[in-house]
Order: sequence, then structure tokens, then C-alpha cells
Amino acid sequence: MLTVSMTVNGKQVSKEVEPRTLLVQFLREQLGLTGTHVGCDTSQCGACVVHLDGTSVKACTLLAAQAEGAEVTTIEGLAQNGELHPMQAAFKEHHGLQCGFCTPGMVMSAVDLLKHNADPSDREIREWLQGNICRCTGYHNIVKAIQAAAQTMRG
Amino acid sequence: MYDFNYHRPSSLEEAAKILAGAEEGIPLAGGHTLLPTLKQRLAQPSDVVDLSGIAELKGISEAGNAVVVGAMTPHAEVNRSQVVRSRIPALAHMASDIGDSQVRHRGTIGGSIANADPSADYPAAVVGLAATVKTNKREIAGDDFFTGLFETALEEHELVVSVSFPVPEKAGYAKFANPASRYPMVGVMVAKAADGVRVAVTGAGPSVFRWTEAEQALASNWSADAIAGLSHSPDGLNSDIHASAEYRAHLIGVMAKRALAAAG
Ligand SMILES: Cc1cc2nc3c(=O)[nH]c(=O)nc-3n(C[C@H](O)[C@H](O)[C@H](O)COP(=O)(O)OP(=O)(O)OC[C@H]3O[C@@H](n4cnc5c(N)ncnc54)[C@H](O)[C@@H]3O)c2cc1C
Ligand code: FES
Ligand code: FES
Repeated sequence: MLTVSMTVNGKQVSKEVEPRTLLVQFLREQLGLTGTHVGCDTSQCGACVVHLDGTSVKACTLLAAQAEGAEVTTIEGLAQNGELHPMQAAFKEHHGLQCGFCTPGMVMSAVDLLKHNADPSDREIREWLQGNICRCTGYHNIVKAIQAAAQTMRG
Repeated sequence: MYDFNYHRPSSLEEAAKILAGAEEGIPLAGGHTLLPTLKQRLAQPSDVVDLSGIAELKGISEAGNAVVVGAMTPHAEVNRSQVVRSRIPALAHMASDIGDSQVRHRGTIGGSIANADPSADYPAAVVGLAATVKTNKREIAGDDFFTGLFETALEEHELVVSVSFPVPEKAGYAKFANPASRYPMVGVMVAKAADGVRVAVTGAGPSVFRWTEAEQALASNWSADAIAGLSHSPDGLNSDIHASAEYRAHLIGVMAKRALAAAG
């Protein structure tokens, strides 16, 4: 066993894990943060995307041990004081989800995009989301939601 | 995934020692090939040695007329680097199109070339730009590094430290990405340097190779006309559910022309 310590959604956590524990298993099974999903075993779907030190990564393709000392933000950490993050609000407003399975990963990935590019084109959004697969929406409303959130966040 | 011992050494010497002492040790870089492999139980290492704590494997620098990329540098950093963008834009472009954004945040150049996937992008840069691979034991010429399907000149437990790319006069890279995986079905790097022209092809064969006929044609006439009439033979090329050898052979010609147009 191995002790891993990190900050998850602003809270310091420290737990014993088997070395083979994936970050996504650590979040879901040991911390009960089940908002981060697992949609594949080939690192392709993006349902598991979280932020590691501010950068979007696939939590299914990272050992919990590799996040030692890091700041991790999951979908549960986005809302502040009971208020949805502008990206979450925009997905709701613009029907950027149907079943919702891909949504946590989509939202986390999109929030990271806006950090690099506050005013992306539709094409840039679609390119950025190549690693996020949605089986329901056809992506159109996801792109629309991200454009709307970008506009809100630019102020 | 089978369980293993996890180590995170802070120096190359320490990493080499752990690997040598382990029953079956394996280095871990970005983990975007290794972890999916372990998840499928296709390998069972006794010890996984995470290289992320070793400072000398990180970062990008200029040395003389070359750009040196540390083994643990993720693709996104190669793409964003001002040094790479200004000196070898074709390399920055290649890095910008490997996998998806999250793969680029974690996957590294050292992991990519050590793995030597026949469909990986970077081998086309290592061979096409006549790079030199520095390890913890020696320097290996790019031409000698890739020896076959998932095979390299690396000895057991030898670690890639950095890759040094001489700055070419001109270079361009074009790939035809598999729409599901983003790996190139065929990728071609075309480069013109003081010591000649190189055309390196990845994705098409068991390992990256040079298209010498196109190199000769471009050496005497650096223009699309020079390679317009050339076609590569499908003999020995990969055939799978994604594309036949004939289709890949055709793509080599098309990608070479696009890479040349990108090089200018
Ligand atoms: C969804 C997806 C899409 C992808 N698309 C592409 C693509 O379009 N093009 C492409 O080229 N790649 C693609 N990849 C692969 C990606 O670039 C990998 O990250 C890369 O091939 C391996 O790098 P890594 O740092 O993740 O290495 P790891 O997975 O950590 O390691 C890979 C292998 O190299 C060994 N190794 C690692 N570092 C060293 C070192 N310094 N010295 C010696 N041995 C070492 C490891 O032991 C292991 O055997 C994709 C991956 C995924 C998951
Ligand atoms: S669960 Fe599919 S990419 Fe992580
Ligand atoms: S909303 Fe169902 S997978 Fe995207």
C-alpha cells in the first residue's frame, strides 16, 4: 500500500491506496466523488476528465500516485456557494446534454479550453473536444453552450 | 490491472538502479500507452518507475543549431514552445495534432519514441529531421533508433533523456488521421537541410522508413512537380481493418505533397 496526499476541490485528502489505483477510482470509490465518470477502457471517451494543477487530464489514465501533491478539481468542485459555474449553467440553458453521461468530462474539458482561448471559434471548440465523445447530442448544442459560456465569462 | 510496486525517483541514476534491481521493472512517462496496456493486463511489471520526478528529463532548449526536447516533455508543451514554433514549426504542428488535448497534456516524446508504435507521429520527426536520441548511456542517431515493429535500439532499462533536432532550412508534416483514434494512418515529414533532403513515412509500414525515391527527386528539384509522378509500392506496407496496403501506399504520395506544401 501507498499513502497518497493531494488537494481535491480545495480540501486536503490523504489515503492509503494500492499502487495500481487509478485517479478516477480514487475519486469515485475512496472519496465518493462519482461525478467523474468512466465510459471506456481505451482512454478515448473523456467522460473522466478532471483538472490536475489546472490542466484537463483523463483521470482513467493516471495513477492516483501520479497526482501526489497535486491540486485536483472535479465537476463537484466547479459550483461556488451553490451557484453553477457559467459553463454548467450554459450546458443547462442550451440543452448541451441529454443522458448526461459525457457531461462532466465535457464541462471540465471546455473550462480548460477557455483558459487558453477565451474566444474560440466553433471549429476550435470541436477540435478541442476530440477526446470527449457524446453518444446523444450530436455535439451541436454542446458547441452552442460553450460559445454562450465563453461570452458570459468574457463579461 | 495487476498490482505492482510504484517508485518515483528524483535522478536518472536512482531510476536506473531501481530498474536494474527489479524483477521486472518498467519506466512510466505520461502513461498514455503504458496504463491502457496494463489495464488490459497485456503486461505484468513487478515495479513501475515514474520518471516525472527527474528534473533533467524536462523542458526544451536550444543548443547550437538544434532544438533539444527533454524526454518527459508533453506534446502540448512542444506545441506551445516559442523555441520550437520559431525554429522548427513543423515539429510544433506535429505535436499539436497528436491524439486529443488531454492526451497532449500527458503523453511525452520519450514515451512515444521508446514505445515505437508503427502509427506514432514522432518517429517521422526523429528520422525526417535527422535527430539524435540521447540516453543515459549514449547517443543514438535517429536513423538507427527504430529497428522494427514496437522495437528500438534501446537496451533493457536504457532511458531516453532527450531528443536533439537539428534546425532544418524547411520542413513540413502532414498526416491522414484515423478518425477514431487520431493516430496517423500515414504521416509524412518532408525536410530540407544542409546535408540533404529527407522524406520520412510513419503509419504505413511496421516501422518508420525513408522514401528515398522522393528524397532524390526533391533534392534535384524542390517542388511539387518533382514528386507528382511518383508512387510508392504497397509491398511490405501494413494492411488492417483501417486501410489496405494499396490505400496506404496512395496516402504516402498524397501526404508527401501536403507536407511539401506546408514546408513551402
Ligand atoms: C486516445 C489516444 C490517442 C492517441 N493518439 C496518438 C496520435 O495521434 N499519435 C501518436 O503518436 N500517439 C498517440 N497516442 C499515444 C500518446 O502520444 C502516448 O502518450 C505516447 O505514445 C506514449 O507516451 P507516454 O509519455 O504516455 O508514455 P508511457 O505510456 O508512459 O510509456 C510508453 C512506453 O515507453 C516506455 N518509456 C517511457 N518513457 C521512457 C523513457 N524516457 N526512456 C525509455 N523508455 C520509456 C515505457 O516504459 C513504456 O513502455 C494516443 C494515445 C491515446 C490514449
Ligand atoms: S473513461 Fe474513457 S477516457 Fe477516461
Ligand atoms: S449526453 Fe449522453 S453521452 Fe453525451
